[in-house]
Amino acid sequence: MSIEVRNLSKQFGTFAALRDVSLEVRSGELLALLGPSGSGKTTLLRVIAGLDVADAGQVLFQGEDATDQHVRERQVGFVFQHYALFRNMTIFENVAFGLRVRPKDVRPPDAEIRERVHELLKLVQLDWLAERYPHQLSGGQRQRIALARALAVEPKVLLLDEPFGALDAKVRKELRSWLRRLHDDMHITSVFVTHDQEEALEVADRVVVMNEGRIEQIGTPDEVYENPASPFVYEFLGNVNLFHSRLHRGRAWIDGIEVDAPEHAEAEELAAVAYVRPHDIEVDRVAQGEAALAARVTHVLSVGPIVRLELIREDSEDKNPIQVEISKERFRELQLVRGDQVFIKPRRFDLFPNRIH
Amino acid sequence: MNATTLPTTARVRRTRATQEPAWVRWSLIGLTLAFLTLFLFVPLILVFYEALKKGTDVYFAAIIEPDALSAIRLTLTVAAIAVPLNLVFGVAAAWAIAKFEFRGKNLLITLIDLPFSVSPVVSGLIYVLIFGLQGWLGPWLAEHDIKVIFAVTGIVLATVFVTVPFIARELIPLMQAQGTEEEEAAVALGANGWQTFSRVTLPNIKWGLLYGTILCNARAMGEFGAVSVVSGHIRGSTNTLPLHVEILYNEYNFAAAFAVASLLALLALVTLALKTMVESRITQPKENANEHRSA
Repeated sequence: MSIEVRNLSKQFGTFAALRDVSLEVRSGELLALLGPSGSGKTTLLRVIAGLDVADAGQVLFQGEDATDQHVRERQVGFVFQHYALFRNMTIFENVAFGLRVRPKDVRPPDAEIRERVHELLKLVQLDWLAERYPHQLSGGQRQRIALARALAVEPKVLLLDEPFGALDAKVRKELRSWLRRLHDDMHITSVFVTHDQEEALEVADRVVVMNEGRIEQIGTPDEVYENPASPFVYEFLGNVNLFHSRLHRGRAWIDGIEVDAPEHAEAEELAAVAYVRPHDIEVDRVAQGEAALAARVTHVLSVGPIVRLELIREDSEDKNPIQVEISKERFRELQLVRGDQVFIKPRRFDLFPNRIH
Repeated sequence: MNATTLPTTARVRRTRATQEPAWVRWSLIGLTLAFLTLFLFVPLILVFYEALKKGTDVYFAAIIEPDALSAIRLTLTVAAIAVPLNLVFGVAAAWAIAKFEFRGKNLLITLIDLPFSVSPVVSGLIYVLIFGLQGWLGPWLAEHDIKVIFAVTGIVLATVFVTVPFIARELIPLMQAQGTEEEEAAVALGANGWQTFSRVTLPNIKWGLLYGTILCNARAMGEFGAVSVVSGHIRGSTNTLPLHVEILYNEYNFAAAFAVASLLALLALVTLALKTMVESRITQPKENANEHRSA
């Protein structure tokens, strides 16, 4: 089932959690709402679920207006960050809850409920915990039960609020790929909230990057990572280096290096910032032509397949360190150590004119 | 052998290092025991001793005497009205405070605490000032032939007022700690309001609720000050147990006074026993709740 939100706005006192947000979630996709805390992503999820009410705007399920529908009627499965399992019930009863509270005429018979619950517990691979209580389970187990409980009512959409946020790194990774596989099997339209960019990029079909109550960019993980639409997305998704630049009639000067910038043909003497990913910087021992910056190696981290270098520009005012990532092979070729002089050149970059304040 | 004994000695040493010297420990324990003996155990034993001094016949005669029976009946009636009222109010107030955000919330919490900070005699007087013959509503009530002061109604009102905080105060921190997520989960799963309350909220607060109710009941039956002001001490009609004890004592009828007092003392003991039982149940779910949140 597809979800559409139109022009949602929501204020908490003087804090604007959502500012005119519109978004479409395609049927069967796994969508990530990614953003720092306070960006409005959880509020958006809760408004979609019906747990919060927006001040303005609409929520549509499968093209039908659900704005005034109660949570109860929206048939959404909601998974909370802190699981919210019913502490006074066994795991079995937790999962059975959604079926047991149904009105008598649509409630399945006991035997059917039992069968369905055990099916779900098997799906999350925790059938053997049916008679335990939530407090006897580990965090990862609880979150899987929370998911089974949400699935029990056969929801049309699955909404997950920072589902792995409270778990340790290892369990988080396991559950992440498990959720991906589960989604591939079930194809239920799912939206999950996260502040972890790695999680969003790894699991989701599409990523929605949010900031200060607005959507900054929507795209596949590749799109948002490779072609960030704004400085914010650049900085939020992975490491990035900033270079002071100048734009003038389709030419740009990145820290003094002249390059082509055809998309800024109209620019007249414009100050700008160039965003360059650490792996998009070329490093050489000798200057290849004049278009290179002199820098000195201040730090080398050579653990793993990627070698991270920290450089300081030599003849620039800007003394912020530059992060560079090169392959191990390239590192062996260059044989760099701390204190060496190198010449660097951005291979790929994006220019954003300074915002006029 | 060494490997197994070593950690034990190490542990013993560590605990000793962090403990006060023996004489400090023993004098603190001794002081506490002496204080308790002097101010609690001795009076309690004395109540039963005085009550039974003239034999069980006198004791039971004092209890089944019509005025005493009437006092017992009245006390039970008042508690039977006041406790359920406060049960409903306490749950509602705690629910509102713990699960919703609204203006004036702090004021409401302060108001709930008011009966704790106001002297019971003053709260009784407030009712006399409102409902008494010379009070604000006095003439109107007299016109309609409704009697509040010097009647059972007034006693109930005063008791309700004095016992308001017990249940609400017990539930508010408990419900605040539990948050609203479980209720939200229940509603999202399709539960209606009553199902959410009866299957999720109520089971989570049941021990706290019972604990508050026990304390509330004890206070409702034992309240003296507020009730004394509004009751008018009419024998066989508006006398509760504590008031009856006072009257008997003032009439130098010590054996009977102590006999009736022993009933209240028994109530206290039963309350304590129940309270201890509930407390041991309450701490377990609380621990679980903490674990549940921190994990």
